[in-house]
Formats: sequence, C-alpha cells, structure tokens
Amino acid sequence: MSQEELLVLIYKKDERAFTHLYDMYSKSLFSVINVLIRNREEAEDVLQEVFVKIWKNIDSYNESKGRFYTWILNIARNTSIDKLRSKDFNNSQKNLPSDNFVHLLDDSNKLVNRIDTIGIQEFVKKLKPKCIEIIDLLFFKGYTQQEASEELAMPLGTIKTQNRNCINDLRNYLKI
Amino acid sequence: MEAQEYIDSGILELYVYGLLTETENIEIAEMAKKSPEVDQEIISIEKAIVALSSSFSPFHSVANFEKIKARLELKHGKVVEMKPASKWSQYVGWAAAVLLLLGLGYQTLELTKTKDAIATVGNEKTKIEREFAYLDQQNKETEKNLTIVRDIKNTGVTLGGQAVSPTSFAKVYWNKDTKTTYIDAAGLPKPPKGMVYQVWALKLSPVLTPTSIGLLSDFEGNSNKIFAVDRTNEAEAFGITLEPAGGSLTPTMTQLYTLGKV
Repeated sequence: MSQEELLVLIYKKDERAFTHLYDMYSKSLFSVINVLIRNREEAEDVLQEVFVKIWKNIDSYNESKGRFYTWILNIARNTSIDKLRSKDFNNSQKNLPSDNFVHLLDDSNKLVNRIDTIGIQEFVKKLKPKCIEIIDLLFFKGYTQQEASEELAMPLGTIKTQNRNCINDLRNYLKI
Repeated sequence: MEAQEYIDSGILELYVYGLLTETENIEIAEMAKKSPEVDQEIISIEKAIVALSSSFSPFHSVANFEKIKARLELKHGKVVEMKPASKWSQYVGWAAAVLLLLGLGYQTLELTKTKDAIATVGNEKTKIEREFAYLDQQNKETEKNLTIVRDIKNTGVTLGGQAVSPTSFAKVYWNKDTKTTYIDAAGLPKPPKGMVYQVWALKLSPVLTPTSIGLLSDFEGNSNKIFAVDRTNEAEAFGITLEPAGGSLTPTMTQLYTLGKV
C-alpha cells in the first residue's frame, strides 16, 4: 500500500487504517527510536507514545509541507530526544549515543525480519563506512548538514552529495 | 531550479529525512506536484530508507501494538474543548466602545460569515474528494480481484480443509504462463496472534518438496482476503500452513490447514 492510499484510509477513519499505518512504519520508526534510546523497554514506551501522538494529531499533518513519512519520522525523533533530555541533566548540545545504527545488529538483539532482510544487512556491511556514518547522523539522528559536517570533519558542500551517492547505492541494491 | 537539478543535488534525500526548513519543504512539495519525476524520485528515496531502517528494527512485542490500540480507544471519543465562561465585568468596559464600532462590526461580521461559508464549502469539497478517492480505491481493488478470478488463463485449485481445521478451504489462482499466483483465503479462520499463514508450492515426485511462495500477512487488514504471493514456477499441489510470524523455512505439517492438488 502506498502512502497516498494509506492517507485515504486514515482520512476516512477506516478501521484498517491504524493497522496498516503500524504495519508499514512501526519497524522503521522503532529502529530510529532504538538508535537514540539504547534501552529496549524505554524504546517500546516511546514507540507507543509516538503512535498515540501520530493518531491524535493526524489532522494537523499538512501534505503541502512534506511527506507523511517525514512527518511521523520527526515525531519519532523528537519524542526520543525529549525522552533523553528529560533523563539526562548535564547534557552537552546533542548528547546522542555515539555508536551508529549498525549496533542494532548485535546478536543480543533479536531482529524482527531476520528472514526477509538478511540480504540488506549483508549489504550494509559492504556499504562504505562513510555512508554508514552519514546515514546514521542525518537520517537516524536528525543532524543538520552543518552538524554532520563538523562531526565528520567533512566539507559542508559534500555532505548532501555524498549522502545521495550512499542512498543511490542502496537503491541500486534494492532495485528501487 | 529544473527537476533534474533538484534530483541530482541530493536535496530530496534531506527532504525525506526531514532536515529542511519549512520554506524549502513547501517549495519541494510544490515541485513534486508539478513534476512526476521529482515525485517519483522522492517516493523511491523514501522506500529505500524505510526498507533500510525497517530491516534494522529490533523485535518488539505484539503486546505493544495492542497497548497502543487500547490507549487510543480509551480516548476515542471526540474531545470537546471547554471554553472558559465569559466574565461579565470584562465586557462592561468595552460595551461603549463596541457601540461606537457597531457599524464597522456589522461589516466585519458579514465578511466573516462569507469567509466561513467559503471555508465550509472548501471543507466539504475536500471531504467529498477524500470520499471519492476512498471509493475509487475500493472499486479498483474489487475490479482487480474480479479480473483474477475471471482470468481464463488462471488454473483454479481448490484447497480442502485438513485434520487440524476440517472446515477450512482456500483457492489458488495460478497463471501457468506468467507464473503469477493469487490466493483467495476467505475460507481460512483468522490466524492467532503472532502466527501467520504461509503458502507452499509442493512438488510431489520424486520426493515431496515444499517451496514457500509467501505469507498471507496483514490477514485482518485485507478485507477481500485475496493475496498476491510469489511467482510459482512448478507445483503439483498447494498447501497452506500456520507458522510463527515471519514464516518458517519448512512447513509445520501438524499445522497444515488446507491442501489441494493441481
């Protein structure tokens, strides 16, 4: 189901809409939350909070200001960061975990889609280390280009194009 | 900027990530409306990043989904906003001024009424458009399903209920030319929580060889219960088993719900 079809169901308050919404995006958002919040139980709480916020505020989503996925992604990031801040008082500017999303592969974590996605995880292992760092900061942690360029000691102008090249590699792999 | 420049610049990726300013967002959303290329590019980027991030999702319990639903249903009714009671005294002072401004006020009122009327018509229009889009979508789904059932090239295979669930049945529509395969699962009971139906193409000789051709995921959400599964190259029979979420590498034969020969 595409985002557009999902929105049709949501606006119609069709009872299947919430199930679809959850099926389509809960995994993606949960991995983002887990990158930011390193505690599984708290991450589950945040996931709950995020979906409650999405559903209650769905009327405030405005198609002319961006993708629906982007809107819910921001809710997930912001809710996680708020949670982190509320717990940690001596926080230096961003104060996000230093390890990247690949740590989610640690064998202590039981990944949901082990069967379907072994491929993509293998692919990530082959992905250039720079790509993992860039996607981690920009997508998972929501760094601005400026912040990412400082963190990675890369020129500001190349962050955007490098990120595009990384996503293109991923798309070629996924044939999207 | 031209469409291709937008695409090459890498800004669309940042748009999907949600890292741009509101002005930039509005600009790109407009661009996407005008240019199908830009729109398609955005959708592809989104698919890629959703796939990447989803594949890294740690296990989270089904209970969590239920908890969220419960939390939402609790507050399902519309929240009525309470307006603070107006204080008389507050208005007395203003009354004289209001009298003076009455003429002007009347004008404003008329204007507001007109604006409201326009807004209402606008809202109605959006509602009707959404309603139409919904019906259109439902209609397309039904049409698609009907085409599958009617397609003369499709071999229909009826799967009968087995020991574990004798009343179950299902139907497979298999196009031997294009290999496309659909399952009509209206005759299967709702799978228990954490379980999913898995469809197998079976070769019977020389040895029984099952090949998974897919899961009937989101069973509840699919109102028509017609599922597209993987292409089937070879099959002498089809079977459907109940497996733990995510599916299994080999069928759990004690949980064989339906089976039928081609």
